[in-house]
Amino acid sequence: MECQECHQRPATVHFTQVINGNKTEVHLCEPCAQEKGYMMDQYGGDFSIGNLLSGLFNFESSPLTSGHSTTFTPNSGLKCEKCGMTYDEFKRTGKFGCAHCYQTFDAQIDPILRRVHSGNTRHNGKIPERMGGNLHIQRELERYRGELQDLIQREEFEKAAKIRDKIRSLENELNRKKDGEE
Amino acid sequence: MSLQQFINEAVSPWMKEDGPDSDIVLSSRIRLARNFAHVPFPIIASEDQLGKILEFFSQEFEHQAFGDYQRFELVQISDLKPIEKRVLVEKHLISPNLAENTDTGAALISQNEQVSVMINEEDHIRIQLYYPGLQLERALDKASEFDNWLEEKIDYAFDEKRGYLTSCPTNVGTGMRASVMMHLPALVLTQQMNQVIPAINQLGLVVRGIYGEGSEALGNIFQISNQITLGKSEQDIVEDLKSVVQQLIERERNARQMIMNQSGIKLEDKIFRSYGVLAHSRVIESKEASRCLSDVRLGIDLGLIQNVSKTILNELMVLTQPGFLQQYAKKALSPEERDVRRAELIRERLKLEKE
Repeated sequence: MECQECHQRPATVHFTQVINGNKTEVHLCEPCAQEKGYMMDQYGGDFSIGNLLSGLFNFESSPLTSGHSTTFTPNSGLKCEKCGMTYDEFKRTGKFGCAHCYQTFDAQIDPILRRVHSGNTRHNGKIPERMGGNLHIQRELERYRGELQDLIQREEFEKAAKIRDKIRSLENELNRKKDGEE
Repeated sequence: MSLQQFINEAVSPWMKEDGPDSDIVLSSRIRLARNFAHVPFPIIASEDQLGKILEFFSQEFEHQAFGDYQRFELVQISDLKPIEKRVLVEKHLISPNLAENTDTGAALISQNEQVSVMINEEDHIRIQLYYPGLQLERALDKASEFDNWLEEKIDYAFDEKRGYLTSCPTNVGTGMRASVMMHLPALVLTQQMNQVIPAINQLGLVVRGIYGEGSEALGNIFQISNQITLGKSEQDIVEDLKSVVQQLIERERNARQMIMNQSGIKLEDKIFRSYGVLAHSRVIESKEASRCLSDVRLGIDLGLIQNVSKTILNELMVLTQPGFLQQYAKKALSPEERDVRRAELIRERLKLEKE
């Protein structure tokens, strides 16, 4: 196979890139690969998940957003007050230092999470039994409210009335708990 | 005594049970990543802080029991010899990453080795729970119950918006990685894996080799797991994975049937040649051994080879790994010595079967 850049030397560097399932293959000779920046050891050769991730975070300096970042850099200097992790360090390692980092960097991490989790930024799964507290009731309320809308649209008012009662009793429970906490 | 069991037995007790679709799915696993709310994550925490976590586990959970899981044993990495560490990694009871944390790393392992809680890995807590065959829902239910049991005594790092908080943003949300180990020789033989893997990737799932990230698919064994942990419920993630696995099972069965119909005698020849190699070779590399073991296991599943137990693939795949061979020899071995030992061990194991 010949190099697809210079079409002279044989291709010895094969690079496969998969982005959201779209596979692109690049076949180059070594000099062309150097030139194009496909050679790994140029970057220190460490190809860990952390480095891959921190690659994702560098979108801020991409041409799309560079217009803002030249005049206004809100992120550098951002530092978690609990563990001392800075945003720059987080970007470099791809790892958070403690639970509080999620709040410290809250405004920055949505785009990262979206990339890693197919567009999702909010948790939709299990809530801890003990620590979850009122969240369990809130989730249940949301579910019943959705159900109530459905029943009303289908004009099943008898069933809707029952659901409405359930919603009321849950709301009361929630209010009682909130009062208790204060 | 229990550490001896973890190290001497190649096959974990739970693996000896038969599970659904176990001709193709070797095991199902649920992993949950959890952290203490008020302690920095292991990458940044001090040795002192991590030592306290270890102490906490030793006080609260060592020698405790939960449901079917009798008597948890706390194995500290600092107490292990290099070969012993390697053995636990080969059995998937600890990760290579944890084995490197020689100061504060530990694992809380149930007697039947079905549950292993890694302590002070990338996250403070990583619960791993295994079931034989395709039993993802059951594994999820059990893992969740076990998680609740731990939570009675631990304040987890949890946030309404982001879910369970983890050191790496790739695990946040459910903190769950569900995975299955599949033996897919016919899909490899018919060169379908090359099409299957990109299709699976597109569905937000990952395909890897038997020893995780970056490892080769030794013995035609593939690990398939979810990539996304945020925004979907645990049940939905498991459901999506299961439906893909079921399609793969069907494809693999069809491919096996097709090869049998089209080139039955050639396949039979390949299988028995491999059986011959295993039964008679004097020097064998691990790559060749796993290829032959995969063939023999396929032969058993197709009914061509009888009197050999189905667990031979699972068992010998682990037993012929470098760590285990050295544990067996009770000394360090050079790669050449290992290849001789490996051949010897396989021959002995196959002789045992015939009697």
